Amino acid sequence: MLLQQLINGIALGSTYALIALGYTMVYGIIALINFAHGEIFMAGAFVGLFMVTILKLNIFVAMAGAMVFCMVMGVVIEQIAYRPLRKSSRLSALISAIGVSIFLSTLALMVFGADAKGYPDNAFPVRQIKLFGAEISTLQLLIIGVSAALMLGLEFIVQKTKTGKAMRATSEDYNTAALMGINVNRIISFTFALGSALAAAGGVLVGLLFNAVSFNMGLMAGLKAFSAAVLGGIGSIPGAMLGGLLLGVAEVFGVAAGFSSYRDAIAFAILVLVLLVKPTGLLGQKIQKKV
Amino acid sequence: MGEALQHIVALVDPYILQIVVNIGIAIVLALGLNVITGITGQLSLGHAAFMSIGAFASALIATKLALPYGLNILCSGLVAAAIGAAIGYPILRLTGDYLAICTLGFAEIVKVVFLNLDVTNKALGLTVPPPKSVIPMPFYVWGVAILAIMFVCFMKESRFGRALKAIRDDEIAAEAMGINITRYKIQSFAVGSFLAGVGGSLYAHFINYINPSDFGFLKSVDILSMMVLGGLGSIAGTVFGASVLAAAPEFLRFMSQYRMLVYGGLLVFMMVFRPNGLLGGVNFTELVLRSFGKKPKTAEITERHRQ
Repeated sequence: MLLQQLINGIALGSTYALIALGYTMVYGIIALINFAHGEIFMAGAFVGLFMVTILKLNIFVAMAGAMVFCMVMGVVIEQIAYRPLRKSSRLSALISAIGVSIFLSTLALMVFGADAKGYPDNAFPVRQIKLFGAEISTLQLLIIGVSAALMLGLEFIVQKTKTGKAMRATSEDYNTAALMGINVNRIISFTFALGSALAAAGGVLVGLLFNAVSFNMGLMAGLKAFSAAVLGGIGSIPGAMLGGLLLGVAEVFGVAAGFSSYRDAIAFAILVLVLLVKPTGLLGQKIQKKV
Repeated sequence: MGEALQHIVALVDPYILQIVVNIGIAIVLALGLNVITGITGQLSLGHAAFMSIGAFASALIATKLALPYGLNILCSGLVAAAIGAAIGYPILRLTGDYLAICTLGFAEIVKVVFLNLDVTNKALGLTVPPPKSVIPMPFYVWGVAILAIMFVCFMKESRFGRALKAIRDDEIAAEAMGINITRYKIQSFAVGSFLAGVGGSLYAHFINYINPSDFGFLKSVDILSMMVLGGLGSIAGTVFGASVLAAAPEFLRFMSQYRMLVYGGLLVFMMVFRPNGLLGGVNFTELVLRSFGKKPKTAEITERHRQ
């Protein structure tokens, strides 16, 4: 029973972690909460759904398609709503981000309607596999596997490639990176594209897991994923993974313990408590105040 | 007195009256957020939670204690302020973005808790009895709105208000000047929450029915949009923004489903093209003085430092 809940928690948590990575990367580079990230996740779920139901494509192709679509979307959002505000106060940028988020979710409401839609049953064959007295479904395995693969890929890009090095330099010090000949604008666009692609994959996986894709799915998932990013320490990639898993497991255990009506409050309660004890999150660095 | 006022209210077309009252309530709410975000520079995305607390406190006070309505408003405001200060005490040590997310998380927690409590009637919501007073509701709303405008105007120019503005412009410099930033932040949060609670109380008694789901994230964004449209930190701007956006849904009935779309676009547009709002940075006293040919004082600095 305990193992069963742990498996469910890890599956849910890996989707949170996928979304949280986008938050953490963008924050690490331009110190902005990309509020529209949840909506990008929602868009990914819809694009995947469209490709599976209308174009009758394989789920993996649909996922790749959703990732490409959202990459473009993330870059465009950054160009329109964030780039002009690079020099303004943080408050202005955040309000602009909230505006984008509201705009996109309303747009989705108008285009797709208010009712939740589901992936067809044959999109991914679900079978139960017995494992030490617990059951793990092929879908959960897929979610954990895809998330792990994507995170490893991200880690490789960030740590081993030249672009990744440029990303790390930019997040360390924006101005100096620009002086060193790094095309900072391109790196920021690249970061948005990466984060958005991960969110899109997360969207398709969550759509499969809960079998419900709706216009307002981005808000709650986005908030929880952001909580996960903050919990792990914003700006830290391993932190986002850890935070996502922790929140997913905590949520599943909370529901199992009979707090199902408080489901959405669990993540926030944990977030608030952690921030009070350790304002920089679990793996975050101490922030130096500069005047 | 009450009779005469009732007559005046009866003369006005109820539809117009409803719009006017909605504007009054919106002004109180937006002013509350303006104290926290516009003047102190602490972005709160959970303003609707304090409105919710005030509305439910007001409904419960009305049903359980049956206080006269004037006292009821005051008490609901104080309840919201007390909770605001209590929650502010731990979370206001966080800076900018973390604070925004925490207030948002807090708002969600409040919503979920109210949806699960027996005393707030769970998801069914509460029916609010009519207010115990001879003065009709519209006069109450506008009386409170005008009081709130005056209060925030005076506060902004007081020693307290200047300290808040100093925190907004540069926290570290403000601290170096001997301003106890945590204390001032909590106080400004309490003042803003008080106004939100009062607005919630007015809302509850005007609509006569409240439901925890009415005070979600979108409500907070509504209030935020009002303030951003008018201009952060500008009182005249807040009144203007609240009036426009509270009346807009009525005049834009035919595009009611596009309302949030317009709001979202508006937030981005304002931030990119007029970050100080339509009236931000405009000093009205100076305009009036100038029209009489007086020399203006030095213009207020609106240029913000980026951290």
